[in-house]
Amino acid sequence: MTYKSDIWEVFIQSKNGLAHKHVGNVHASDKKMALDNARDLYTRRNEGSCIWVVKTSHIVSSESEDSESFFDPANDKVYRHPTFYKMPDGAKHI
Amino acid sequence: MSEKLFQEKIDSEKKIEPKDWMPEKYRQHLIRQISQHAHSEIIGMQPEGQWINRAPSLRAKMILLAKVQDEAGHGLYLYSACETLGISRKELINQLHEERAKYSSIFNYPTLNWADMGAIGWLVDGAAIVNQVSLQRTSYGPYSRGMIKICKEESFHQRQGYEIMAEMANGTKEQKAMAQDALNRFWWPSIMMFGPHDADSPRTGNAMKWKIKRQTNDELRQSFIDKTVPQAQVIGLTIPDPDLKWNEQRGHYDFGEIDWKEFWNVVNGNGPCNKERLDHHKRAHNEGRWVREAAKVYAEKNKLN
Repeated sequence: MTYKSDIWEVFIQSKNGLAHKHVGNVHASDKKMALDNARDLYTRRNEGSCIWVVKTSHIVSSESEDSESFFDPANDKVYRHPTFYKMPDGAKHI
Repeated sequence: MSEKLFQEKIDSEKKIEPKDWMPEKYRQHLIRQISQHAHSEIIGMQPEGQWINRAPSLRAKMILLAKVQDEAGHGLYLYSACETLGISRKELINQLHEERAKYSSIFNYPTLNWADMGAIGWLVDGAAIVNQVSLQRTSYGPYSRGMIKICKEESFHQRQGYEIMAEMANGTKEQKAMAQDALNRFWWPSIMMFGPHDADSPRTGNAMKWKIKRQTNDELRQSFIDKTVPQAQVIGLTIPDPDLKWNEQRGHYDFGEIDWKEFWNVVNGNGPCNKERLDHHKRAHNEGRWVREAAKVYAEKNKLN
């Protein structure tokens, strides 16, 4: 039998209250091994309070060659940013 | 996307990510460089690993163990970065075993006594850090992120080596002689770690143009020498190079000619430990096969239940 392990992407929450952040990946044959390997590889210096592992094959990504058209709908909507608006002189920020 | 647009992206300091278009030669260059880097971390565990159970104190043993574990970790970060270029871990290991991929020649030198742990940490890790700090700015995103993480972790490696050297240099006459002997043996191989002179390094051109490398071999070597010579002076050891002297005009140390015959001899497989290092890696890999297979079968079985 030829051995081929799955690749799992690793996300670490450095402390409660913060978002999980992608740090890299590990090879593992099941989810428990993936978590253990991620702990051993990415938190040797107390970098995390929680780890997520997700099979790489389960991640859906936008394509970089389509990124221009994919993100186009946001391009012409400057009024979504507060800097678009004029504030009367003397008015305080909320 | 054309090569011209790719180059514009590089020139404007934008990082290249795995799904972006890249010239095939850029991809191949990265695979060769990152895999060589990864293999070096993994093979680099051997010369130090041999001293874990011979460390002179519990403190020294814990530190060395942590350092070797870090090297395993760094190897894995780099394999991960390399895999994003579309090559499998299995193929990378095959390339190493079939000697189609190289690792740093420094690990083909033997570690004869405890002073060598000092010399390796101080000089070999010191040289690696100079190279890796520069590579934090490499143009390939996953490689850059790996380097940033490695640099953060690796700063203790060089310090622990220098601490060993400083302690021995200030110890008994015999201990000082051991420290000097280790420096004598590891100095030249360490400065060879940066590779051939720029003029004799045919791949440097593309690597610099594509910003895979940010500084040339000679620039990095000079920076390492300039940093390390004063450290040797502080602990009273002598760099084994009669031509070494400060050049006021250049603002750098001048140093003697490197023995490139020895360099190529070790690169081409004839160093003192080339065969031993590779054989050990193959044996460990083969002995672990049943574990990898059992893990896979166990995972399949649990899927069925």
